[in-house]
Amino acid sequence: MKLHYCLSGHPTLPCNVLKFKSTTIMLDCGLDMTSTLNFLPLPLVQSPRLSKLPGWVLKDGSTFLDKTELLDLSTVDVILISNYHCMMALPYITEYTGFTGTVYATEPTVQIGRLLMEELVNSIERVPKAQSASMWKNKEVQRLLPVPLKDAVEVSMWRKCYTMPEVNAALSKIQLVGYSQKIELFGAVQVTPLSSGYALGSSNWIIQSHYEKVSYVSGSSLLTTHPQPMDQASLKNSDVLILTGLTQIPTANPDGMVGEFCSNLAMTVRNGGNVLVPCYPSGVIYDLLECLYQYIDSAGLSNVPFYFISPVANSSLEFSQIFAEWLCHNKQTKVYLPEPPFPHAELIQTNKLKHYPSIHGDFSNDFKQPCVVFTGHPSLRFGDVVHFMELWGKSSLNTVIFTEPDFSYLDALAPYQPLAMKCVYCPIDTRLNFIQVSKLLKEVQPLHVVCPEQYTQPPPTQSHRTDLMIDCQPPPMSYRRAEVLTLPYKRRYEKIEIMPELADSLVPLEIKPGISLATVSAVLHTKDNKHVLQLPPKPPQPPASKKRKRVNDDVPECKALKPLLSGSIPVDQFVQTLEKHGFSDVKVEDTAKGHIVLLQEAETLIQIEEDSTHIICDNDEPLRVKLRDLVLKFLQKF
Amino acid sequence: MPEIKVTPLGAGQDVGRSCILVSIAGKNVMLDCGMHMGYNDDRRFPDFSYITQNGRLTDFLDCVIISHFHLDHCGALPYFSEMVGYDGPIYMTHPTKAICPILLEDYRKITVDKKGETNFFTSQMIKDCMKKVVAVHLHQTVQVDEELEIKAYYAGHVLGAAMFQIKVGCESVVYTGDYNMTPDRHLGAAWIDKCRPDLLITESTYATTIRDSKRCRERDFLKKVHETVERGGKVLIPVFALGRAQELCILLETFWERMNLKAPIYFSTGLTEKANHYYKLFITWTNQKIRKTFVQRNMFEFKHIKAFDRAFADNPGPMVVFATPGMLHAGQSLQIFRKWAGNEKNMVIMPGYCVQGTVGHKILSGQRKLEMEGRQILEVKMQVEYMSFSAHADAKGIMQLIRQAEPRNVLLVHGEAKKMEFLKQKIEQEFHVSCYMPANGETTTIFTNPSIPVDISLGLLKRETAIGLLPDVKKPKLMHGTLMMKDNSFRLVSPEQALKELGLAEHQLRFTCRVHIQDPRKEHETVLRVYNHLKGVLKDYSVQHLPDGSITVESILIQATAHSEDQGTKVLLVSWTYQDEELGSYLTSLLKKGLPQSTA
Repeated sequence: MKLHYCLSGHPTLPCNVLKFKSTTIMLDCGLDMTSTLNFLPLPLVQSPRLSKLPGWVLKDGSTFLDKTELLDLSTVDVILISNYHCMMALPYITEYTGFTGTVYATEPTVQIGRLLMEELVNSIERVPKAQSASMWKNKEVQRLLPVPLKDAVEVSMWRKCYTMPEVNAALSKIQLVGYSQKIELFGAVQVTPLSSGYALGSSNWIIQSHYEKVSYVSGSSLLTTHPQPMDQASLKNSDVLILTGLTQIPTANPDGMVGEFCSNLAMTVRNGGNVLVPCYPSGVIYDLLECLYQYIDSAGLSNVPFYFISPVANSSLEFSQIFAEWLCHNKQTKVYLPEPPFPHAELIQTNKLKHYPSIHGDFSNDFKQPCVVFTGHPSLRFGDVVHFMELWGKSSLNTVIFTEPDFSYLDALAPYQPLAMKCVYCPIDTRLNFIQVSKLLKEVQPLHVVCPEQYTQPPPTQSHRTDLMIDCQPPPMSYRRAEVLTLPYKRRYEKIEIMPELADSLVPLEIKPGISLATVSAVLHTKDNKHVLQLPPKPPQPPASKKRKRVNDDVPECKALKPLLSGSIPVDQFVQTLEKHGFSDVKVEDTAKGHIVLLQEAETLIQIEEDSTHIICDNDEPLRVKLRDLVLKFLQKF
Repeated sequence: MPEIKVTPLGAGQDVGRSCILVSIAGKNVMLDCGMHMGYNDDRRFPDFSYITQNGRLTDFLDCVIISHFHLDHCGALPYFSEMVGYDGPIYMTHPTKAICPILLEDYRKITVDKKGETNFFTSQMIKDCMKKVVAVHLHQTVQVDEELEIKAYYAGHVLGAAMFQIKVGCESVVYTGDYNMTPDRHLGAAWIDKCRPDLLITESTYATTIRDSKRCRERDFLKKVHETVERGGKVLIPVFALGRAQELCILLETFWERMNLKAPIYFSTGLTEKANHYYKLFITWTNQKIRKTFVQRNMFEFKHIKAFDRAFADNPGPMVVFATPGMLHAGQSLQIFRKWAGNEKNMVIMPGYCVQGTVGHKILSGQRKLEMEGRQILEVKMQVEYMSFSAHADAKGIMQLIRQAEPRNVLLVHGEAKKMEFLKQKIEQEFHVSCYMPANGETTTIFTNPSIPVDISLGLLKRETAIGLLPDVKKPKLMHGTLMMKDNSFRLVSPEQALKELGLAEHQLRFTCRVHIQDPRKEHETVLRVYNHLKGVLKDYSVQHLPDGSITVESILIQATAHSEDQGTKVLLVSWTYQDEELGSYLTSLLKKGLPQSTA
């Protein structure tokens, strides 16, 4: 039986738990940070304007976890991570729940995940808050708060951000895996990560036993960007396919968005304005830099400086160059030359791209305008982006270009209103759209599809777009937050190994053409969820010298069952056989259902019917055994 | 009986020209395709005609696996694939795939351009050959075909070196290639899980050596270099462009930095820059420390080590030069050696193994007068030092790997016969497994005894595991099932299910035995006595006294009637089916012995 617990209401930041053959597997643990939008930005300098904004609370500015106590998280055996965005809640689980299991993820996922966490912790910790309030989490108080805080669900679950020691402790529990590596869990289940094409090291997972296969598809992309292409073939023949992490902007074409990004950027800079790109320190930024690398010369932007400001900017750029094995074919072959796979190496070498850990120090000396700044956090609530919004917001020459699809850009901008600066929304989400999904499902043909309920209906804002939902046969089983789903699949067989010695002792008999049978009597050994059949041990020979003391020494050791019998006994032949074996006074009587064979001298009677034989005799064991063996000659054993 | 066959075409009781054929469960795999540094004739390449005389190699081999980029492991690859002809898949790791063609091209240049050989593979052939290469990740299970799968493990010997597991069904072979069980300055240690292969094919270069601690060797090396430089001598270190060179560069670089030394260090050939670049891009294959710190300081960006120019060799004053190739058999290292050999102030340090026939091997074995080309005699006055820096496992490391993998058999290659003999004895003594060391062209056959996987119906398995929840060591429980074999599918089901599936009816065989016992008491008292007796004897069985006056032992029925003629004799009718044969038979003989007098 397989149970599926959904612990996250966010379809792109999933957290599901699968119970499969007595193994509890958590699939991803995404951190839903959209609730940060309910808070005020964390500015470097206290801004009186922000503090006085009506309708907003300046309170406990931290990040939040989307979890319910649906099941005891300390019972989770393993956590499978599909990409670095989906592991941001890991410290909350490994450090707070009594979790003792193992986490599996690819090396790029871990390294870049660490960078994202580092950036998050860094930008929260460097702005210490004078006081931290938690009264508002009380249900009574929350009721009095303005919309949308009033309506927020599970506010009590909102947590403070974790610390770097917690991040390190959490990451130390991760075991690195490679694509197509088969990982045995307790001998019962095998899990395998497959390339999902979405980000460096991003993976889908196959969870299978000998007879069942569950595919977990999370954050996959069929577009050719920098990561290794998605491995679709290995998803075939799944009994259940869990589908999460589809594009959040199904109506936007990523290629078109990149073009728009470039042209808006060029236009602003040409007019003497600055461009602000709120972004994560890894992922799409590599693609944007690559586009700009090809674009700047033709657009006459060669002299405009690009700044990448993040505590992990340098690490991110360096790490991107050493994961050649996880990149698409084109980038891989570059390494063979040997050249760095990403062209941003050249941008850095030629001083077109400069990176800084923060706006302090070197950056303030080098800073030249007009320029393009890439910095986080895309929610505009913390990180250096807050500073640039304050700095550039008043001028209509400047532009902020939103590329990350995780946050509503209008909500993100709200506390900064009124804004003079231009706002351009070019969300680039390379994850699967619904057309690609239906193609994928046709290709891999899973027996059942399981997905978040959001994917089974059109988006609430575009209820007429019935094309923006999953369409497959049979219809997908949907789940919602805090729901438990029983997956529809029942297995009938299990693998068992027959030891060679036992196999040698088997005597197969052809019962029907092409079908042979052998009865097996063996000792079953089960260890680490693996079953093995061995020859039964030979009964120990009692030492000859030892006298038998008690009668019950003799009790049969094994409650050994004899095989079942089948067939029927032809009376004439049976009688002939009896006579051949020295029974001279055989008499046969017909009955309603068969015959009775009488052995007068031995006072023995054998009833023979179509499906039964009954031997009634005196207590003469040798005789009984002789008769038994004669009868068995005519029957087949099972 | 299933068997695994192994035939070395090279590296059988020898170092160099690694090439081993393995047949496992009907699949043929070639492990490595190397050249021999000690020969310049036909013997430098493996004899591929052994595989087939006239057929295409592709038809006989399912795949080729290359363990690492050293030429004695991949040097014959273009000859094999392009000149002899092989179009099947060739597997190697990403770094090997990146670096291998460069070394092959280097080798080709030395052979063709410098020595003027014809009938050798061309640059184009190297390129075509590399197109057949499939790069693999560490630990990735690569499905070569439906049955054959391979998996790479980290071997540590050079950048990208891997050990390979070759698996068909439940039979498997592990080939180590060259490996190193101790982490060094730039690489980690080899690692494998307890995969229990039927056969482990391991290198045995240092079969008899147990090397002292790495630190001591490093200190020794630095001391020698330092002393020579101090007295104004020149140090020549023949290396292969990739591998040991980088480790020694890191070592010297940090030493120069710490001691504030000024003598120049050079690295010969244009490969330097490039070679170091590979290390930077494949930094995930280096050791923990380098990987952790590479963002702050990339260990492969050297400040003190500069590119070498041929003219520098005649410069006065001390210097250290890393020059290729490593065994002084050709190229720049040999040229420099000839220039410097006459001066006793100078020193040559051989940091690795030298194959027989090379200049390196000759000077290491004490030869001081060398006959060079054109009958010229070269007198070697410079100091000759040998430092074992090659990253091979020593005897201790080999034993450690065997302990890790727990193979059922071990086969030694890539070593000298005498040393192998010693190691073989040691392995057989310590692990009680068979150890083989075939010579080139000699086939070793290993019989495997795989267990047979079948499908067991879950119903049957659950029924069995439910009864035997507490395993009793003394009384192993037998399980009964019927194995149904149909079109190569094996299913183990309960006998009932087998009958049902075949549409057959069960034939019930029943026995009823009359047992006479002497007991003058009334019938029901007799029954009670029998009941108590059985209950006392058959403690592990369910014995019941039913209201109708009969007794059951499990499913065996016992009824008592008075003898028609003799009231003092009671007749017990014991009735059981064939399935209870043993117990039934036992019961009748037990009852025949009569009832114990003491039973009330």
